[in-house]
Amino acid sequence: MTDTPTTPVRIDICDLSLSFGATKVLKGLNLAIEPGELFAFLGPSGSGKSTLLRAIAGFGPMPKGKILLDGRNIVGDVPWRRNVGMVFQNYALWPHMTVARNVAFGLEERKVSTSATKSRVRSALELVGMGAYGERYPSQLSGGQQQRVALARTIVIEPAVLLLDEPLSNLDANLRVQMRQELLKLQRRLGITTIFVTHDQEEANTICDRIAVMANGVVQQTGRPEELYDHPANSFVAEFLGTANIIDGRVIQTASRRMVFEGGADFTVPLSNSETPGVARLVLRPQAMEFCDRDGVDCLSGRVVSAEFLGGMVRYLVRLSGIDLVVDERHIRGTARRSAGDDAYLKLDPGQAVLIRD
Amino acid sequence: MAFAILQWPARRSSPGPYIVSGLIALFLFSFLVFPVFKVIQFAIYDSGHGGLSLVNFQDFFNNALLRQSFYNSVHVAFLAVLVASTFALPLAYFTTRFNFSGSVIIQTLSFLPLIMPPFIGAVAMKLLFGANGSVNLLLRDYFGITIPFMDGLNGVIFVQSIHYFPFILVNLSASLQNIDRSMEEAGQMLGSRGLRLFRRIVFPLAMPGYIAGASLVFVKVFDDLGTPLLLNVNTMLAPQAYLRISSIGTDDPMGYVISCILIAFSVFAMWVAFLGTRGKDYSTIQKGGGGLAKRDLRPHERILCYAVIILILGIVLAPHLGLLLLSLGSVWSFSVLPSGFTFAHYATALTSARVFIQNMLLYAGLAGVIDIVLGTVIAYLVMRTNVIGRKWIEHMAVSALAVPGVVVGIGYLRAFYDIELPVTGHPLATWWGIIVIALAIRRLPYAFRSCSAALRQVSPALEEASENLGASRLRTVGRIVAPLMTGGLIAGFITSFATAAVELSATIMLVSSQNDAPLSYGLYLFMQSAAGRGPGAALGVLAVIIVGLATYLSHRLVGRARQQRVHVQAAAEAIG
Repeated sequence: MTDTPTTPVRIDICDLSLSFGATKVLKGLNLAIEPGELFAFLGPSGSGKSTLLRAIAGFGPMPKGKILLDGRNIVGDVPWRRNVGMVFQNYALWPHMTVARNVAFGLEERKVSTSATKSRVRSALELVGMGAYGERYPSQLSGGQQQRVALARTIVIEPAVLLLDEPLSNLDANLRVQMRQELLKLQRRLGITTIFVTHDQEEANTICDRIAVMANGVVQQTGRPEELYDHPANSFVAEFLGTANIIDGRVIQTASRRMVFEGGADFTVPLSNSETPGVARLVLRPQAMEFCDRDGVDCLSGRVVSAEFLGGMVRYLVRLSGIDLVVDERHIRGTARRSAGDDAYLKLDPGQAVLIRD
Repeated sequence: MAFAILQWPARRSSPGPYIVSGLIALFLFSFLVFPVFKVIQFAIYDSGHGGLSLVNFQDFFNNALLRQSFYNSVHVAFLAVLVASTFALPLAYFTTRFNFSGSVIIQTLSFLPLIMPPFIGAVAMKLLFGANGSVNLLLRDYFGITIPFMDGLNGVIFVQSIHYFPFILVNLSASLQNIDRSMEEAGQMLGSRGLRLFRRIVFPLAMPGYIAGASLVFVKVFDDLGTPLLLNVNTMLAPQAYLRISSIGTDDPMGYVISCILIAFSVFAMWVAFLGTRGKDYSTIQKGGGGLAKRDLRPHERILCYAVIILILGIVLAPHLGLLLLSLGSVWSFSVLPSGFTFAHYATALTSARVFIQNMLLYAGLAGVIDIVLGTVIAYLVMRTNVIGRKWIEHMAVSALAVPGVVVGIGYLRAFYDIELPVTGHPLATWWGIIVIALAIRRLPYAFRSCSAALRQVSPALEEASENLGASRLRTVGRIVAPLMTGGLIAGFITSFATAAVELSATIMLVSSQNDAPLSYGLYLFMQSAAGRGPGAALGVLAVIIVGLATYLSHRLVGRARQQRVHVQAAAEAIG
């Protein structure tokens, strides 16, 4: 096992569909994953993200379409010939084998010599910080340790691609934060193209180069975390990544020939003049609005419905001409939060508003 | 650890639990520990010179007949495990690897040992598979060959393996079903497949289940008295112990030496099962995961699977079919089927054997009640009190598992023959009540298991809620604990009842007069003579119906499928 970067592999998924009986789980997916990327499949349960990952590893029903590793289609190849490494959600360590035997398994299957196996097992375990645990059984390890062993077992065979199926979901919150940084470091060190399946947007946002947001067997949007957050393609992406106020309405042209978004009686937001009239939705992040004085310029009047103190900020629900908006305000030491029923005046930053049409 | 969490916080200590514990400990000591102690003491007592020595064991191995018996018992037990494995392995494999509608049939097979102990069908098996039985008559007529299925030890091996193979099937299938799919997938991902993958991953993970089943079969066959007796095979350990005690008398040391050997093998087999399963809870199935990947069968594979299943099913149902034919046949000798059919045997059985049936219902019913009461109280003491020594009571109750029926019988004769009953002046060992106690002691481990499972389902929080709302401890037990446990308790009672109803090995030792004999003993008497076989078989059919109905009822009561499996297993193990 070496920890110098190998030549990373590019993954192309072309028009991939897959069904369990009559249920369509993947519906014509297209994705391109660059060599060496740490790429996330992000979506709620039932979105098809794990099914897609398993299809890349060769498990589950045979999909239609193509999965290309550096241009070579692997659909139809048996799992044991793909050289695609997967870390299972439950780690799937074999309880009847020691840690070292677990890690050695793949090398033995590849007929690697005993001495080479020994040294590669040792360095793989050292790489994940488990060098001292070779003779333990999986049941004698904590969840975090088991995961490191599962990782060592997979990377020791130097797979072309590394697949991680919800790798952090069985760990407690603190360990999760620590492990994701370690995963990132390890991935960078090995330079291996890696796919990370998760339903946790924070995990995907913090360590992944790019994310494919999935729902209902379809990729909703692909992009860097900031792109997805700032320019969601549809309301699903807007709501799945962070908190969003989504206001139904339409784009109209005012008498003064300016484009505005109209979402209810008194709720209008100026837009750039390149927008076209028609039905649309406005996405407003909670930090896109700020409280202002009663007689401030462009201030809309409303009423506080509820207030939640979150530490660094206070999250308000404010009713504005019939629309409930989530608004965040930075907490300043010593100040009390506004009370439910108080009058509130909000100023919107039009530059922070995003228009979607889905 | 789980128990520790369930225990009540320290309370004002009251003498009640200690008094109850003391009474139970006294009962278990008197009727389990003491008789076994007497057996061991007599086995290592040198009657010639006095004092303790191993001279009796030396005599045992110097005696050619006993040496042969020892060898035969080991031989029969090993081969029965082997033959039973050949029945169980393909069936377990079919159900766990393929999407296969025949799985229902296979699951049904696992119920069979419950409803018919092997000795009941043994005679019928002779008529079907013996040298002049139906199968060999057909083979001789059509192929000019015969197969010695039932000759001597073969017969015991054949009957026992047919009967006990479901133990292996149930345990092996359970552990196969508990392997998570990802275990296998991880192996494939790392480059392994096919038989190699099976050998390195699947088989080792299923091994604990196989060892548990196989060791159970070994010990059941090794201890069994009824089957060899009814097949006239006396050169085995259990029949030798019985014959020695019943013909030479309770002062012959060989019966006790054999008892010690039987206990030693029981303990040994349990130890093997313990080693084979200790720290190996390989149940890896995950929430949302699935068992091993199953695939659909191709048409020719389906035909092959069904052929294997039908063949095994045919063999397994042979004792039942044979018994039914025997009970309905007027004469059945040197022919494939009986020469005529009649209900006369049932009439005979119901008139001349009525007392046997009555005794069976009385003894097994009383034994069941004793077991449920003891089982519940012990479970409560262990799980809900801090009584010092409660673990010892549990160990004592469960240790009955390691004591074969023959040993209980011999031990009772030894320990209680000299104790006179107060009014009649007869020896305690010949009182019918002692049979009830023997049955209760033997079934207690299983009843205890049912009771503690039922109690474990009652979360202490439910009791705390009741006490919090003002109900006293006693009211809480009456209004909350007992109703919630009822299903499990009734199931436990029925298990004890059904298996005690067909117990023979301890009963046969303790029956002192025909008027006190229960059904299993009556069956044994009838089967001794050619004329009695018809009515004997009719009695056997009645026993199967009673036990079958009881088993069905207990399954209905236990309800949920998972519990059902656990319960079936417990009940299946309880047959001896």
